[in-house]
Amino acid sequence: MAILLHSGTQVIVQGITGREGSFHAQQMQLAGTSLVGGVNPGKGGTTHLEVPIFNTVAEAVRETGANATGIFVPPPFAADAIMEAAAAGIGLIVTITEGIPIQDMIKVKDFLKGFPEACLLGPNCPGLLTPGVGKIGIIPQRFASPGPVGIVSRSGTLTYETMAALTAAGMGQSTIVGIGGDPVLGLSFSDAVQLFESDPETTHLAVIGEIGGSDEERAAELLARATRLRVVAFISGRTAPEGKRMGHAGAIVSGNRGTAKSKEEAFRRTGVAVAETTDEIVELLTKS
Amino acid sequence: MKLLEYQAKEVLSALGVPIPPGRVARTPEEAAAAASDLGPVAVKAQVPVGGRGKAGGIKLARTPDEARLAAEQIIGMDIKGFRVPLVYCEGVLDIGQEVYLGFTVDRDARANVLMLSAKGGMEIEQVAEESPEAIARLYPNPWRGPLDFELNQLAWEAGLGQQARALVPLVKKLYRAITEYDAITAEINPLVITRQGEVVAGDAKLETDENAAFRHRDLEERYGDVLEGDPYEMEAKKRNLTYVSLDGEIGIIGNGAGLCMGTLDLVQRAGGRAANFCDIGGGAKAEVVENALAVILMNPKVRGVLMNVFGGITRGDEVARGLVQARDSLGMRLPLVVRLSGTNQEEGRAILEQNGIAPAASGWEAARKIVELTR
Repeated sequence: MAILLHSGTQVIVQGITGREGSFHAQQMQLAGTSLVGGVNPGKGGTTHLEVPIFNTVAEAVRETGANATGIFVPPPFAADAIMEAAAAGIGLIVTITEGIPIQDMIKVKDFLKGFPEACLLGPNCPGLLTPGVGKIGIIPQRFASPGPVGIVSRSGTLTYETMAALTAAGMGQSTIVGIGGDPVLGLSFSDAVQLFESDPETTHLAVIGEIGGSDEERAAELLARATRLRVVAFISGRTAPEGKRMGHAGAIVSGNRGTAKSKEEAFRRTGVAVAETTDEIVELLTKS
Repeated sequence: MKLLEYQAKEVLSALGVPIPPGRVARTPEEAAAAASDLGPVAVKAQVPVGGRGKAGGIKLARTPDEARLAAEQIIGMDIKGFRVPLVYCEGVLDIGQEVYLGFTVDRDARANVLMLSAKGGMEIEQVAEESPEAIARLYPNPWRGPLDFELNQLAWEAGLGQQARALVPLVKKLYRAITEYDAITAEINPLVITRQGEVVAGDAKLETDENAAFRHRDLEERYGDVLEGDPYEMEAKKRNLTYVSLDGEIGIIGNGAGLCMGTLDLVQRAGGRAANFCDIGGGAKAEVVENALAVILMNPKVRGVLMNVFGGITRGDEVARGLVQARDSLGMRLPLVVRLSGTNQEEGRAILEQNGIAPAASGWEAARKIVELTR
């Protein structure tokens, strides 16, 4: 089953002929993804990586029946690319691009209200991977294996590390979702938790958060109401000083808001185990 | 980019927001000259942090001599880690009422929020905690901006309906900082309503979005060099590194922001203190590793370096070779502990060992090792 990315997911890549887009589209094919086309205005009618290229997303959808997209276009054009995908009827929009202006994303979020069936993941995220089915984005598939653990995370490498450790410990993953490190995001932790909750194949969940904002706290509130999942949370950035942006544009503590402590406490209050190190995520998930 | 008060006021003034007469002074003489032109002034330290009043960074001066003395005391002062480079001398206002006006990005709502409150002059966070009902909020449509009736409603909700006629056009001008400068936070606190009924910005804060810097090169050119920043952060910026200075003695390199933050946490858990945050990104290329090491080694407080890399698409042996090369070309002699995991981790670790670098199996082991070696 898994979430968001299934065997019926037909994927296009916007920005497929660029260096990053091209490399990762190929990796996506290697991971088993059903890649049905690419979009690059002006290059329509050609082929790349053995899939047809279209000038517009609308044309790609019409010709291929694509229902998901991976966006690799540069920051100044990325917001428009997201809206183009939504307007063309794409249901899953995965935005890998880092550095999209915040005000552009605020406009995108407002625009997407008109397309309630469109789910935006990211931006500034590693995408998602359903082991054995495929991926949209840049998560390295070689560390993944199919199984019952869902992972939702704001960070890229921490996620890879956790899935590799899980795989080594003999615990496979249902779907791995990177929601991204920007302050204005599409899919939230809460959204992901709800999706995993209703996926019968997922029995365990790792929530990997970081300082900044209060998405983690809101996911904890949701988990407090009832969950059938065995959940472990990890928060990075507990030693980050106030007011300094730690790499991710969204990873910043302002005043006493967004601290690792408040996030950890929110999870502990709901009875969710909190791991102190990434190794401990796996220990706590595999225990009992 | 966080603008200083006088910079924020220049920008807002260009958008039509009324500001008091004022002048920048880099020396006590310039402050005295400003006071002789403007009359009684407030001499204000220009630093990108709040709480400068409490730190002694704002002084009232009735005469040019007093202004000279105040500037002497304030310029060069350290306020929360920032050396004051200059002061802003500003004419004193005839205050009738002080209100709060600002906007910021509400992350939870994924939207801009405009805020207006009759409780001006206090920190808005404090007002939000003590009397949240005193702050009126509006989430304007980002495509068209706030409408007149919405702003009128905002003014009445804030208990400032009688001043709506003056406030509504002013809020619209402030809002232009979003559309014209990609501002993510702006605050006029206090917004002064003078006894004569004029509305004037008493203080101003403005922060623009670094992701949008490509649309506003002019701001960077005009204001980028005024503040004397942290020397390591400045060097790192030149080398295109994501680097933040901290005050410990263990240099940190990690690939990925989350992993790097997690590494800082592990070092503290092991009893050490990190000297920096440095994210070299997913690729962990040899050239980037060398740049990162070079910046970290500039800091004389650094007694050892911990590098934590998880190779996803990048191969561990490539990372190891790049690191050895960087260490040798920089002539680095300090202890170096490397935790290398992921693709080709065995080959990578073997290369490290052959070159006298201690590999560690986990981040936690690496943190304990470097803390021990730098004790």
